[in-house]
Amino acid sequence: MSIELGHYALVLAFALALVQGTVPLWGAARNDAAQIAIAPIAALLQLACLTFVFAVLIYAFVVSDFSVALVVANSHAAKPLIYRVSGVWGNHEGSLVLWVWILALFGACVALRGGNLPAAFRARVLAVHGIIGAGFLAFMLFTSNPFLRLDPAPLAGRGLNPILQDPGLALHPPMLYLGYVGFATAYAFAIAALIEGRVDAAWARWVRPWTLAAWSALTLGIALGSWWAYYELGWGGFWFWDPVENASFMPWLAGTALLHSAIVVEKRDTLKSWTVLLAIVTFSLSLLGTFLVRSGVLTSVHAFAVDPARGVFILALLVVAIGGSLLLYAWRAPSLQGGGVFAPISREGGLLLNNLLLATATATVLLGTLYPLALEALTGAKISVGPPYFDATFTPLMVPLLIALPIGAMLSWKRADLAALAPRLGVALAATVAAVGLHLLLHAPRGFLALLGFALGSWVIVGSLVELAGRAALDRGGVAGGLRRLAGLPRSAWAMTLAHIGLGIAVLGITATGTGQSERILAMAAGDRAELAGYDVTFEGVRPVEGPNYVADQGRFTIRRGDRLIAVLASEKRQFPVEGSTTTEAGIDTGLFRDLYVVLGDPAGRDGLWNVRLYHNPLALWIWGGAALMAAAGVLALSDRRLRVGAPRPARQRLVPAAAR
Amino acid sequence: MSTATRPGSTPRRLLFLVPAVLFAVVGAFLAVGLTRDPARLPSALVGKPVPQFSLPPLEGRGGAGLSAADLASGPVLVNVFASWCVPCRVEHPQLMRLAAQGVTVHGINYKDEPKAALAFLRDLGDPYALVGADRDGRAGIEWGVYGVPETYVIDRDGRITYRHVGPLMAHDLEQKLLPLLAEAR
Repeated sequence: MSIELGHYALVLAFALALVQGTVPLWGAARNDAAQIAIAPIAALLQLACLTFVFAVLIYAFVVSDFSVALVVANSHAAKPLIYRVSGVWGNHEGSLVLWVWILALFGACVALRGGNLPAAFRARVLAVHGIIGAGFLAFMLFTSNPFLRLDPAPLAGRGLNPILQDPGLALHPPMLYLGYVGFATAYAFAIAALIEGRVDAAWARWVRPWTLAAWSALTLGIALGSWWAYYELGWGGFWFWDPVENASFMPWLAGTALLHSAIVVEKRDTLKSWTVLLAIVTFSLSLLGTFLVRSGVLTSVHAFAVDPARGVFILALLVVAIGGSLLLYAWRAPSLQGGGVFAPISREGGLLLNNLLLATATATVLLGTLYPLALEALTGAKISVGPPYFDATFTPLMVPLLIALPIGAMLSWKRADLAALAPRLGVALAATVAAVGLHLLLHAPRGFLALLGFALGSWVIVGSLVELAGRAALDRGGVAGGLRRLAGLPRSAWAMTLAHIGLGIAVLGITATGTGQSERILAMAAGDRAELAGYDVTFEGVRPVEGPNYVADQGRFTIRRGDRLIAVLASEKRQFPVEGSTTTEAGIDTGLFRDLYVVLGDPAGRDGLWNVRLYHNPLALWIWGGAALMAAAGVLALSDRRLRVGAPRPARQRLVPAAAR
Repeated sequence: MSTATRPGSTPRRLLFLVPAVLFAVVGAFLAVGLTRDPARLPSALVGKPVPQFSLPPLEGRGGAGLSAADLASGPVLVNVFASWCVPCRVEHPQLMRLAAQGVTVHGINYKDEPKAALAFLRDLGDPYALVGADRDGRAGIEWGVYGVPETYVIDRDGRITYRHVGPLMAHDLEQKLLPLLAEAR
């Protein structure tokens, strides 16, 4: 019964989305207050309906209601509770439910907290939300209904792909979707601004919190996915340039560009049409990402057509959402007049360079992801693009970006004096050279790429610190005054520095793990010892263990350095009888400066020998630590006074933010 | 509406159309892509003898390489794999299962580091009778490999009878490969 109610609520949500997508738009055009006022009400009702839908589906998974086709296909009663819940979004239909629910959540936030947006503008933003929601809900109702029943109901489910039964992956999709859908809100603001033909500093400030929230969530989501790949796939890698990874990385790159260009709009009233375009492109890439991942396309873009009805629907959605908004852009954007002019060497210039490089990087990744499809459509030739392409194209783009980053952050608006910056840049450069020298002293050189990556990471971190020090004028007025000024800096300044330092840390981690990994592949019997990067690894043997829905061989390893016990690690090969597949659980000892990573392979021959792989990954934690710092910095920026003041407060109505600068 | 604001000159306006035009191109490719179902994407090679190619063995694995002559009499499977390819890990248990059932499976190791490929096989098991190392992807071009993993069914006369793109799942084995292999005998 609840399933039918859920289905009904889904239909109701669709009807509401249609109302939300049309009436307020019409009302805003005719300046009809009653119709405008419908927008927030529809948005809140929409959230209520979809919350019910989501709850019903979660309930069906939790109680293992095997009369529902989706539950049968993706769940099993023997699964632990958390994976029965995460199984809800571990599949195509359920993930769409999560998607529209988050969209409704953001819509309701705009409705509730958008008190100081002009009513007509807010109505337009919510209308765009409604249109997106209607598209997705129609897609669900017509091709991907989560509430289809099976009759007769089977006694057991088919289970969730074991590789997905993992806490990291339970959280990964919701974070990604928070990011994707947050960019939908930025997109809605962009479309509303195009309709009104007005983009100004106030607009940029309204968009900023949504972009920041989306960007932080997406950063965290990508980091979680990469971390999961690192410890679950069992071969010590963390990024594979897989189409699915690219699908989440492209909106991140474009969103990062958007985050920066919106600052220029806010402070200097220029780069307007570019920023609007970025908002459209970022969400377009999010849409593309959602569909690349969610059409069962784990191998290639081609699987678009796995279900022809879905494929056509998806394409239609993309054409309306992306094509429609780009046409609107072509029509309205030329009338957006840029304000301030600026010299090439200026903060604006630096941010523009950042945008050009990030946009090029996005295009590079997009090309690598879609190229096989395009080439085949043109010539019928079939090619595959793997990590070699991305190493050769993406990495070189990051070099100038990282070099320019601290310099750009130090430049002043409008026109900057590089010569005046020379002392500060000199300090940063000297510190970088010292860090690289120290690195060379401590470690054997590992080639040019390692050195370059290390230098760039250090440069970004040191440069960001020097910039912060310069901003607080630490070199003037004594220590106490400098520290007071440092504490008094706005949170957004701290956030910028922390985000950039996070990036630097991630670059160091990626460089160290990518170039300095030690790997040993051995056949070991119980009691055998091996040396790994200065550590002494003893294989203690294998014993069978049993989990809630799997059985496993568990290999145990004792790791010592000299006489000191460092860690006892266990790596498992898990057999999932229901799903008929195996997963590998690596044993990892995470340290600040290195990960020790052991993987139990298959038995080698009959003499009690097991294949094992041992990795020493220097600075592995820094990759995700850096990403987490970036995400945290995004949240810190959200709490900046400027945004809180500019942000809507229903209880305390303020002037339009442009006046509140 | 647009006359109310100051419209740009015509060339400037055209510039703003560029994103829409670019998207139209991408959309057209996607539309063409939609008409081609990957699972049934007829390889130009289906029904034809295997292409001429000759690959050296995977360094460190021992055994011979793989060339067209090895496929002259089937039935055999040819599986294109790489250690950097995540779906290959997903399909690997199915290949192990096939090999355990006595099906001859040959591997083409596509654009891979020998060390990484060896680790892959040591860790997950080695179902392959012969493995040819296609480091620069030349043989992949001969075969028309679209992406890894791909699997080909070769019949007893050395003709390609089926091509599977993407990871092999249990139901692919039961519904397609095993019947085809039985037929190709």
